[in-house]
Amino acid sequence: MTREEIIQAENLVYRKPELLNDVPMHYCPGCSHGVVHKLVSEVVAEMGMTEKTIAISPVGCAVFAYKYIDVDWQEAAHGRAPALASAVKRLWPDRLVFTYQGDGDLACIGTAETIHALNRGENITIIFINNAIYGMTGGQMAPTTLLGMKTVTCPYGRDPKLHGYPLKMADIAAQLEGTCYVTRQTVHTVAAIRKAKNAIRKAFEYSMQGKGSNLVEIVSTCNTNWRMSPVKANQWMEENMVPYYPLGDLKDNGK
Amino acid sequence: MAKMRGATVVDVERCKGCGLCVVACPLKVLALTTKNVNMKGYNYAETVLEDTCTGCASCAIVCPDGCITVYRKKEE
Repeated sequence: MTREEIIQAENLVYRKPELLNDVPMHYCPGCSHGVVHKLVSEVVAEMGMTEKTIAISPVGCAVFAYKYIDVDWQEAAHGRAPALASAVKRLWPDRLVFTYQGDGDLACIGTAETIHALNRGENITIIFINNAIYGMTGGQMAPTTLLGMKTVTCPYGRDPKLHGYPLKMADIAAQLEGTCYVTRQTVHTVAAIRKAKNAIRKAFEYSMQGKGSNLVEIVSTCNTNWRMSPVKANQWMEENMVPYYPLGDLKDNGK
Repeated sequence: MAKMRGATVVDVERCKGCGLCVVACPLKVLALTTKNVNMKGYNYAETVLEDTCTGCASCAIVCPDGCITVYRKKEE
């Protein structure tokens, strides 16, 4: 069998999701954002919500997310995405509304908006990309930076006496009455990506069923600012991030 | 037992050469180029063991930029 015989439309197994635009993404090579963008595109298309999705893009690396996924977008001020999502969902209850935020946006400047939107039980989903560093601005310490981890603003490693402790946002969210589904996933292997996709699907479905707010934390990498190759960054994440940010469902009230 | 034959097509200009597909492939079908680069100057992924591929799509699933299209056919 020749290569040409295999490459036929009827033999197609996997291709770039249709909702993902052809424009090249500005993310660094090997960035986890791309994988999560693909998962979101696939889930929205599979749910048949292409025309009924309103997403909120943050400030941070994912600020241009509206260029890459072909759904309706609103751009929020830094950290205010959950507040904007609350308003959008209240005005359009039949729409699938989600925010897509990084750790600097969600866990630092937007902590108040995030916690209150989750606590109010707004029927939205928050997708939280936690890579323990500020990516876009050049690798500064984030609230989620691990103890001892070196960044440009803590070059001797994060010291709890000086900088406090890493913030576990998903654990906080799981304590709130308004949340329906809180989970923590990664996207570094094929199995992990499949699990993360199921988690995103579940969160979107719960938000459409009006069961409360949902938080999907994706523990991810920032190989550029961690000063590693993409492959090494995935290994480092598995060895260092996952023990501090344990994976799995922290809360599932939707069953 | 029927053998599955696969083929991967890499969108060379979209590829950023991160190498995640190379480690994700269980059969070492893909490798980054060592001499050629694309328009952006990245060493892109290419199929080096064409006959080995089974079309499992692991490479395409981990690709952050969605550069890889995978086809699979059962060998009669």
